[in-house]
Amino acid sequence: MSAIDKYLKNNMIDLTEEQIHRYSRHILLKDVGVEGQEKIMNARVLVVGAGGLGAPVSLYLAAAGIGRIGIVDADVVDLSNLQRQVIHFTKDVGVAKVKSAKEKIQAINPDVKVDTYYEFLDSSNALDIIKEYDFIVDGTDNFPVKFLINDACVMAGKPFSHGGILRFNGQTFTHLPGTACYRCMFQGPPPAGVVPTCSQAGVLGAIAGMLGTIQAAETLKYFTGVGELLTNRLLTFDAKTMQFLTVNVKHRDSCEICGTNPSIDHLIDYEQPACELKKH
Amino acid sequence: MAKITVNGEAQEVQLPLSLTELIKQNNVEQPEMVSVQVNEEFADRTEWDGIQIKDGDSVDFLYFMGGGA
Repeated sequence: MSAIDKYLKNNMIDLTEEQIHRYSRHILLKDVGVEGQEKIMNARVLVVGAGGLGAPVSLYLAAAGIGRIGIVDADVVDLSNLQRQVIHFTKDVGVAKVKSAKEKIQAINPDVKVDTYYEFLDSSNALDIIKEYDFIVDGTDNFPVKFLINDACVMAGKPFSHGGILRFNGQTFTHLPGTACYRCMFQGPPPAGVVPTCSQAGVLGAIAGMLGTIQAAETLKYFTGVGELLTNRLLTFDAKTMQFLTVNVKHRDSCEICGTNPSIDHLIDYEQPACELKKH
Repeated sequence: MAKITVNGEAQEVQLPLSLTELIKQNNVEQPEMVSVQVNEEFADRTEWDGIQIKDGDSVDFLYFMGGGA
């Protein structure tokens, strides 16, 4: 046992020796400490989508020791996913993404409990699944589900991290009850067919890592209470110039879901534009 | 000339100028893909034509980004 571990052990309450060692670099942070690490270990996080964003989010949350991670994804691993979805390996092609992701999470950290949902998130299951978790991470690739996650989280009073990537760009914000939501900023999905998704437009693989890692950091900040979350701010970046821009946004009183007189009182399944170019 | 800020950067524009015209001037290829704030208040897209830009305005274009997988 190193001197650091010995020091930490003497100042410890509930953690095992192995956990003190595993999480020592968190515990050493004054803003996190044992107390923060315990909060992380008691946390329950739902990651929607085990793809470009969900991969780094899940890997970092697993490494950090989040107690319970739920993963929703109805897809199987395709060879074209491996350019950016770093939780899936070549041997996993054809395997359900939730199964592949669970295997890696448990290989990194056997302490983490993993729930898998091998299905699409839609209006029929969203509230039931979300209610089991303390924080939701949007790692999806289409607007219908991004709005569904927003609406379900607002209705259930759950905090979430929004994420979107395209080509060389990414954007993210964090929502807590009462702060600006996705509809405050974007009202509703753009007309089908207008907006390209990754599968149509392409994305530089590392962009998914950049954005997903920001989402993972926000999740850990949420549970430990460290710093200021990306609430009422939309962070965007352009990796071509490496310029990051944060735009202040306000909760909109006329918001259709969280405004004073919300017009939406149920979850909506927007029509999914047929955009995925399946080759088989 | 009026001095305004667009996405954090200074711009000089000729008035009168509607929000719709400003969006065009900034080469926003697909206006249906942006949400626009004027002085940190969201501008409903049905009202863009009627909104006149004033000296000192701060305008933000927020782009839809739907990818993630």
